[in-house]
Amino acid sequence: MSNAGLHLENLELRLRGSLLARLSLRVAPGEVVSLMAASGSGKSSLLAALIGALPPGFTLSGGLRLNGRDLTALPTAARRIGLMFQEDILFDHLSVGENLAFGLPRGGSRATRRAEVAAALADAGLEGFATRDPATLSGGQRARVALLRALLARPEALLLDEPFSRLDAGLRDQIRRFTFARTRAQGLPVILVTHDPADARAAGGPVLDLFGQPVSPT
Amino acid sequence: MTARPALHGGRLLTLAPGLALAVLVLPVLGGLLTSFAPGFGPDGFARLRGWPGLPGAVRLSLVTGLGSTAIALALAALILAMLVDRPAFGVLRRLLSPLLAVPHAAAALGLAFLIAPSGWIVRALSPWATGWKVPPDLLILNDPMGLALMLGLVAKELPFLLLMGLAALPACDAPRRLTVAAALGHGRLQGFAFAVWPPLYARLRLPVLAVLAYAMTTVEMAAILGPSLPPTLSLQVAQWMSDPGLRALPTAAAGAALQFALVLAAMAGWLLAERVGRAALRWRLWGGRRATGLDPAARVLAGVAGFGLAALLLLSLAGLGLWSLAGLWPFPAALPEGIGLQVWRNTAPSLLASLGLTLLIALVSTGAALALVLGCLEAETRRGRRPSASIEALIYLPLLVPQIAMLPGLQMLALAAGFQGHWPAVAAAHLVFVLPYVFLSLAPAWRSMDPRLSLLAASLGAAPGRILWRLRLPLLLAPVLTAAALGLAVSVGQYLPTLLIGGGRVGTLTTEAVALASGGNRRLIGAWGLAQLVLPALGFALALALPRLIFRNRRALLVGGGR
Repeated sequence: MSNAGLHLENLELRLRGSLLARLSLRVAPGEVVSLMAASGSGKSSLLAALIGALPPGFTLSGGLRLNGRDLTALPTAARRIGLMFQEDILFDHLSVGENLAFGLPRGGSRATRRAEVAAALADAGLEGFATRDPATLSGGQRARVALLRALLARPEALLLDEPFSRLDAGLRDQIRRFTFARTRAQGLPVILVTHDPADARAAGGPVLDLFGQPVSPT
Repeated sequence: MTARPALHGGRLLTLAPGLALAVLVLPVLGGLLTSFAPGFGPDGFARLRGWPGLPGAVRLSLVTGLGSTAIALALAALILAMLVDRPAFGVLRRLLSPLLAVPHAAAALGLAFLIAPSGWIVRALSPWATGWKVPPDLLILNDPMGLALMLGLVAKELPFLLLMGLAALPACDAPRRLTVAAALGHGRLQGFAFAVWPPLYARLRLPVLAVLAYAMTTVEMAAILGPSLPPTLSLQVAQWMSDPGLRALPTAAAGAALQFALVLAAMAGWLLAERVGRAALRWRLWGGRRATGLDPAARVLAGVAGFGLAALLLLSLAGLGLWSLAGLWPFPAALPEGIGLQVWRNTAPSLLASLGLTLLIALVSTGAALALVLGCLEAETRRGRRPSASIEALIYLPLLVPQIAMLPGLQMLALAAGFQGHWPAVAAAHLVFVLPYVFLSLAPAWRSMDPRLSLLAASLGAAPGRILWRLRLPLLLAPVLTAAALGLAVSVGQYLPTLLIGGGRVGTLTTEAVALASGGNRRLIGAWGLAQLVLPALGFALALALPRLIFRNRRALLVGGGR
């Protein structure tokens, strides 16, 4: 059996003793697993737990491996798991290009890094946006910049916390396709939490509840 | 609370904002202009230039002011970055919040007792570790470099900056920004610096500049902890001002003008350094380093600095208390040989008289400030719009203009008008400095109140006055009392306004304690230093207890309401 992908092994999330989630699953590279549950059921806390930012009062047990690496004892900054929130959390005091540079790891000269940021923007239909103020961007443009920032950090997996729910209905589908095309092309295992069946359908992968039972996204 | 008649047609209310602005602006401008005028006579600046201590005094003012502000700000940022979501932070916050109300003079007196060559720290280490059987001949206190003064300033300003930062943090979306930064691989310290600090600092800028202005020009802390030959420029100006025949008035005026220019120059330099810092941050951002290796050391430093300075202040205050009770206490002994109330008993009559006067001045100035602030906020609520940001920034004016630059002028004006030396004049001077703190403390709570409540009350037929007295004020009782307690503490701590406007004849606890400091009777200093804490402590205790008592059957008002 291959080590590639994100493995949750008997992972249990509890809030002061009460069980919120119990999951054993393997997310293969390029696959999107959707977790569907009502709001307030602990979806966001589960994602926080996966990146190693467990909120106070929660406990996590079980194993978590990414491409063969044991993540359970690692701090967030060392896990190499990207994260997209419901809101895009761009840093409004930085330019669009600086927001992306914030994601780009070390390597290459400053000139090549600037070129890499410019190329990523051009590739996403945002050519010449590097010096723009994020506040002047549309919702769809902000969502794309936030995704680019997460991907430029070269994560080995990506977690999406209802990232499309704030977008207009027309835009939502476009950004979904943009996102999943990227994660498939980069072979990233992706976990998407959502309460929107349309998100889960668009993801095209298995759809589960927080206890690993299949849910039909209708 | 009984229902009172509504403020008729809001006539008084429409006056409140203008009145408050007048209190904030006129004394500052009038004071500055009058302060500097005598300096431009024939011999003001010439005599100042002729003073051999001038270069040293100027250097001291710049180094201690800029140095202590930069260190206190850096430590506050470090603690906010590394500890804010840790359990230890709750402890630190509970330790530091009450220390905010400690008057600067009391903190300085306690610190002096602690670090002096014959102080508690040396005693604790002698003779077993140091071998000293008599107090060493070291200039730990009043050192010519001003290090003791800087330590005192850092210890006193850190809690202020930390709590201001903590108040501004929720508006900066810090938790999620830190999570995003960590998920992108950044270390905690660096993630904070890139993602949270710029918007946070933008909200801290005015408080930081106020700290800078105070640190460069403090008179009471410089008198207790600072060097004497030469002293800081502000202390020297205050001494010239206190010269009985006002013979040194032109020199003092020239010195005050120079001090004001120095503060303006330091602020300009500070704002320039901000730009350099921003550029450096951007440069580093494009470099792509993750700096996760800095975090362990940063976390240790933050803990040591935070708890170390809190311990220093607490030990300082404990030292004041112990000295006031001490019987015979020969040098290397760590504790006195006997404990008694002798000193307290002897000094009680004058102490109580001074306590009463201090309370009277504090109540009058705080009451006036509270009335003005409530009037401004109520007028703003009824009008439905806030003053512009630039008008609101004027709140900081009395905190940004050094007292030593404007008070000599106010003193001359008070003298000319025949007010000098009477307590109402002192209370009026306190009002200028109490008003900003009361406003800054109360406005956020007032503005965060759900506007639907008063809309609902109005739809039930309640007049605006009734809504104010029966609805808004009772609901905001806790923040109103907290603002009043803060105002009280600020008034009690005022040194220079009391000294100059009081003409040395209005002896509050703070002026008396600082005056005693040069005498060297430690037991007496301990008692008077500690007495300075009594009124602020009582004020905050009442602000905590009263809402709990009054609303003991109203659970929603108690949860978090008693902060």
